[in-house]
Amino acid sequence: MSNIPELEQILSDIRTFDEILGYARPAPAELVLRGRITKDMIEEISRVKGEPDWMLRLRLRMLELFEKLPMPKWVNVAAEIDLEALAHYVKPTVSKAKSWDEVPKEIREYYEKLGLPEIETRALLGLGAQLDSEIIYFNFKRKLEEKGVVMLPMEEAVRRYPDLVKRYFMKIFPPEHKFAALHGALWSGGVFVYVPPGVKIEQPLEAFFFISQEMENQLEHTLIVADKGSFIHFIEGCSAPRFSRFSFHDGMVELYAHENATIKFTTVQNWSRDIINFNNKRAVAEAGARVHWIEGSIGSRASFTYPSTVLKGEGASTEIVGITTAKGRYWKENGAKAIHLAPNTSSKIINKSISADGGVSVYRGLVYVAQGARNAKSTVSCDALLLDRESKNITIPHDQVFEPTAVVTHEATASRISEEKLFYLQSRGFGEDEAKSLVVLGFVDDITKELPFEYAVILRRVLELEFGKYGKVG
Amino acid sequence: MLEVVDLHVEIDGKEILRGINLTVKNGEIVLVVGPNGSGKSTLFQTIAGNPKYVVTRGDIRLDGESILELPPEERFAKGIGVVFQAPVAIPEVRFSVLLQAMVNKKEGRKLTDPAPQIIAEARKAAAELGLSPSVVERPLYVGFSGGEFKRSEVLQLALTKPRYALIDEPDSGLDIDGIAAVGKVIDRLVSGGTGALVSTHYARIINFVRPNRVIVMANGAVIHEGGSDVVRRIEEVGYRQFFREMGIEVEEAKVE
Repeated sequence: MSNIPELEQILSDIRTFDEILGYARPAPAELVLRGRITKDMIEEISRVKGEPDWMLRLRLRMLELFEKLPMPKWVNVAAEIDLEALAHYVKPTVSKAKSWDEVPKEIREYYEKLGLPEIETRALLGLGAQLDSEIIYFNFKRKLEEKGVVMLPMEEAVRRYPDLVKRYFMKIFPPEHKFAALHGALWSGGVFVYVPPGVKIEQPLEAFFFISQEMENQLEHTLIVADKGSFIHFIEGCSAPRFSRFSFHDGMVELYAHENATIKFTTVQNWSRDIINFNNKRAVAEAGARVHWIEGSIGSRASFTYPSTVLKGEGASTEIVGITTAKGRYWKENGAKAIHLAPNTSSKIINKSISADGGVSVYRGLVYVAQGARNAKSTVSCDALLLDRESKNITIPHDQVFEPTAVVTHEATASRISEEKLFYLQSRGFGEDEAKSLVVLGFVDDITKELPFEYAVILRRVLELEFGKYGKVG
Repeated sequence: MLEVVDLHVEIDGKEILRGINLTVKNGEIVLVVGPNGSGKSTLFQTIAGNPKYVVTRGDIRLDGESILELPPEERFAKGIGVVFQAPVAIPEVRFSVLLQAMVNKKEGRKLTDPAPQIIAEARKAAAELGLSPSVVERPLYVGFSGGEFKRSEVLQLALTKPRYALIDEPDSGLDIDGIAAVGKVIDRLVSGGTGALVSTHYARIINFVRPNRVIVMANGAVIHEGGSDVVRRIEEVGYRQFFREMGIEVEEAKVE
């Protein structure tokens, strides 16, 4: 791992949300597998997890792919990631708890500072909390179990529902680049959910991922299968304290919405400034199904996320909402892909970004319409707010339309908080920071409205901390 | 009392105001008239604290204390409310959010705290000013007509009741009913003790507000002071003739 020059600068930034968690106190681990990624390492992970043979074979196939595939060209931090220096499996010493009281205090504190137990009580029907490579807390409401809903840590689902898992696992997102293959070889943790036909889960389920130490690679796998006509809202959150070096995240989310099912998947990504974040997210929507992604990309040093939906069945639809903040010398990609394969499918992509203090936000998107996807419709709108002249937004939309009846539209705006705007708001009694906060919060208002109340509060709070001092006078 | 004393102001190194003197007391209306380019808007911007307008000499005092060093938000907090001539569009901020935040700020609450009472008041005041009550839901001044903008700015004054209301051309972009509605709000503020400094191009405003004094500006200076009759004379004969009658020499190029 070479030295990262920006790191000093990053560490001097003390106005970010991850200040709340402070500097890392690595959680005790009973097993750490670090270094070169080999067949032996993967066999060891599989053995520790007590996996069936088919999963080990899948991992080994992924390892072969990993070795073959080139580094993705679009990952501009690739040179900084020395995979051989990372711990690819970190098994915490704590055993899995069903109540927060059973979680050791010093670990519980991290989650408490982020308000997780409280949010769980108020808003969630199920929660899995991961520490480093394993789920350490898992709780799921019995009333959902009675309806036939399955929610399990991924490893348990592999053992208990092999046929169900096998049908979808890495089939929704077959690896097409090195990091996706790496994920397949090394995945650990994450949550599996199956929603039976017609079952509507009225409150969200959540998985929360926490990285406690530097030079770690976290690779959780989330798989959600919504059967015909069902409804689920799943939230994933993530966070980490500050490190003196970095850690890597290479997760995967696979969603399968069967006929007329609806999956809403919300991410509140709040990694500390020392995480390089990769996430491989893809959904398949069958006829009449609806997939709604909300990717809130707040933290991390560099992020590369492209929630994608394959609209496979007639009349399937997707909405992919992205909100990105890049404050400081960070590189934040938050894109979207909509693949129209069937007639009357529709996609709506809304991407908003805020850049400040030299931050770069990137929208990289793809709208693909296959021949025969008659009357497919797609709208893409990207709005960037730039708080100063050092900051940047890069918008890279890409269309591949092979169907003459398809309608694909794009809109993009970039705006600044001009001196005129600032002066006007100041003349209305607001200090410069307050004025900026008003503009920033207003900019994301329509998106925060879509989040569950508790998360809207968190997101607004983070934005306040990031983009201005809010609050009482005097 | 708001005092402007020997005020000299530059923009980009060019002198625009060349020694303005005027006072506005609580409960009085001072009307500022003058041809285009005479420096009226510069005067308003400078009192509001726009950093682009550099004061090179003189002072602006509130109750005897200089406010020159104060940033715009502190001038506002001390009771100076300014209506600018031209709108700035702030699409990110809803009008209702601005009004709510202004009231919250004044009362020491979080800017985003809900304040349904102020929104209800705003809707009522909007109707009085001839605006649709739904105007409060719109993003700030995006697609507002000149008249809607003026009425919305005056709406802010009506709600926040500043000690000094500085209104740059309340009558531009407004029809006669609009001027009447705005005049009524100014009247009400002034009877409540607000001191008003109002600039205008047109005499017709004096049918709706009764100024205590009228100040005539040209070329960045105050060249005459009088009563409402001054406005009427200007309306009759135009600025050029008026200046001639007063024996005032004004560079031709500056008079439009």
